[in-house]
Amino acid sequence: MLNPISLAFKKAKEEKRPALLTYTVAGDSSKKQSLEILKAISNYADILEVGVPHNTPVADGGQIQTSAYRAIKNGIKMNDIFKIVRDFKESKNSKPVIFMGYYNMIFQYGENNFLKKCKKSGVNGLIVVDLPWPENKIFLKKCKKNSINFIQLLSPTTSNKRLKSITKDSHDMIYYISMLSTTGGKLKVSPQKILANYNKIKKISPKKNCVIGFGITEKTISNFKNTDGLVVGSQICKEITRSLSNRQNPVINVSKMVSKLRKKIS
Amino acid sequence: MKLKKGIPVIDQGDRLGFWGGKFGGNFVPETLKKPIEDLEIQFNKLKNDKNFLRERDKYFKNWIGTPTRFIKLNHLTKHIGGAQIWSKVVSDANGGAHKIYNATVHCLLAKRSGKKVIIGDTGAGYAGKMLSMSAKKFGLKCKIFMGAKDIKRQQPNVQAMKKNGADVIPVYSGSQTLVDAVSECMRYWVANCDTTAMCVGSTVGPAIFVRICGWSTSQISRELKVQLINEFGEIPKKIKLYNCVGGGSSSFGFWNEFMDYDKKQVEFIGVEAGGPAKSKRHAAPLTYGSKIGILHGAAQYVNQNSDGQIEETESISAGLDYPGISPLHCFLKDTKRARYTAASDEEALKAYQIVTKYENLRPSLEPSHAFSVAIKEAKKFSKDTVVIINSCGDAYKDRGILEKKLGKKYVKSN
Repeated sequence: MLNPISLAFKKAKEEKRPALLTYTVAGDSSKKQSLEILKAISNYADILEVGVPHNTPVADGGQIQTSAYRAIKNGIKMNDIFKIVRDFKESKNSKPVIFMGYYNMIFQYGENNFLKKCKKSGVNGLIVVDLPWPENKIFLKKCKKNSINFIQLLSPTTSNKRLKSITKDSHDMIYYISMLSTTGGKLKVSPQKILANYNKIKKISPKKNCVIGFGITEKTISNFKNTDGLVVGSQICKEITRSLSNRQNPVINVSKMVSKLRKKIS
Repeated sequence: MKLKKGIPVIDQGDRLGFWGGKFGGNFVPETLKKPIEDLEIQFNKLKNDKNFLRERDKYFKNWIGTPTRFIKLNHLTKHIGGAQIWSKVVSDANGGAHKIYNATVHCLLAKRSGKKVIIGDTGAGYAGKMLSMSAKKFGLKCKIFMGAKDIKRQQPNVQAMKKNGADVIPVYSGSQTLVDAVSECMRYWVANCDTTAMCVGSTVGPAIFVRICGWSTSQISRELKVQLINEFGEIPKKIKLYNCVGGGSSSFGFWNEFMDYDKKQVEFIGVEAGGPAKSKRHAAPLTYGSKIGILHGAAQYVNQNSDGQIEETESISAGLDYPGISPLHCFLKDTKRARYTAASDEEALKAYQIVTKYENLRPSLEPSHAFSVAIKEAKKFSKDTVVIINSCGDAYKDRGILEKKLGKKYVKSN
């Protein structure tokens, strides 16, 4: 039986389009609202990345930082985040969930406890921004044992040798960082160049589902239709910020945006 | 956990960069793996390269001005009436603090690797000032990340950076202090690591930065060892080395050459920033038993809540106002080689008053923390005990704070 993440990719492939992955921060702007956002965008996205907010993020740009600080300021705790996922997973149209965050949150919870709780809440995968290979080898095995996808990251600076080792040590999904940037940076590399790197990864590791993230927005997304999956994060976080400052409902606005994103790659 | 003899502490980490199996490491985004590996290869090669060492020594001597003075504080010794009190006046170094050693070495490395831009973080502004000086000296463009709160309270150093042609980039996120400046600097490096070199301002960050910084500041103890022998004919039987500890770069450098001595002969005392006496906030993770966590790429004792969010610190001294601490110091603490304690804001100010009253020496607020503890403890020691305080920064940068807290007469001499 395919795990839910792989299944989501399979479905998208059957529809001849890349899978759409969204990133929103748990607890932004409140626990309730972030759950509502997940439920709403679930109609259009295939996999939902749920950001675990951290206050010393070393790879996030301004948009995601703003969302994360907002969530932390509103008092979000790790256990609340698990609860948001559990509630979401109990809703009728739920999709696979991937946590994206920094290792200290896992370390403080205790790796084993964290994974147990992930399993119980319905978290299907983990992206740990600051736990690279080979440092992640032990944790990776624990994830596998708990049937949780550990998603390895690859970047333009990853050497070919590293690329081979990392993809070998990855589960069903890998994540290619499109360019040298924090999240939310403007696409400063041509789509052709990004796709060339993407194809290189696919050649080395054809069976893994490889998604592209960083710099993917409404404007750029249609350049990448022939890929396994695409992640949009900062633009969504920005939309939440914009909605809040205009006193509009972020749930409606974000949902509209994700629906548009989906149309652009369908 | 054991400290090995005969091997430099910076080289005692394991394959993944962990000291004692659990401090340090490389908790970094994938993008930074390559530039970090490149820097490791470069540094490991150059630190044993005779030409490079000659080049380093040339700049240390002719430009930084080594050795810095080692002086006896006669009046203070008399006033306290216990151990003899000495100071290593590291603030003699070009720029006025120990941060110049690390900045110079990073610029030399950047130059050799063909990088055109160097970036760095700063708290008290010294790391930034020195990096801007070195960058100017070696023809590199320079960007300094500094918390908006620190920009306000350390204006003299900000002005110096700008004068040296550096871009000072204010950081408004989080607590707007050093911790946020380091995060922002690392983020900038993530986005520009192909063209830009990064200098981490203390013995913190991913393992290679801890090593380079510790290697650079060790100049302090190399000089001190020679000066002790010149002064006493040998390394005295009872030495106490007091140093403030924020990230831990000056203290590590002050101690490194004495690592293999028995601690009964050469004792290390690290003084953290205890914050305002009435506040629960502090910047003293070792003294107050903070738990191990990950901050800026390294595992270390760090102030954090139960979830793992890094907690805000509070200290009168911007240079010590950091929630974490070098993995090297975590290692020295757990191997019991060094002893750590804290001084409050008020105690540091008091010590500053005492030192400036009796001596022609103006330690900045950071070393004033170390003076505070040294003065207290020196009373109880015998006359043959040699207490040495690293006066690693000059109070010029603190004039605004000193004037506000103590009145004009304490800054007149500036």
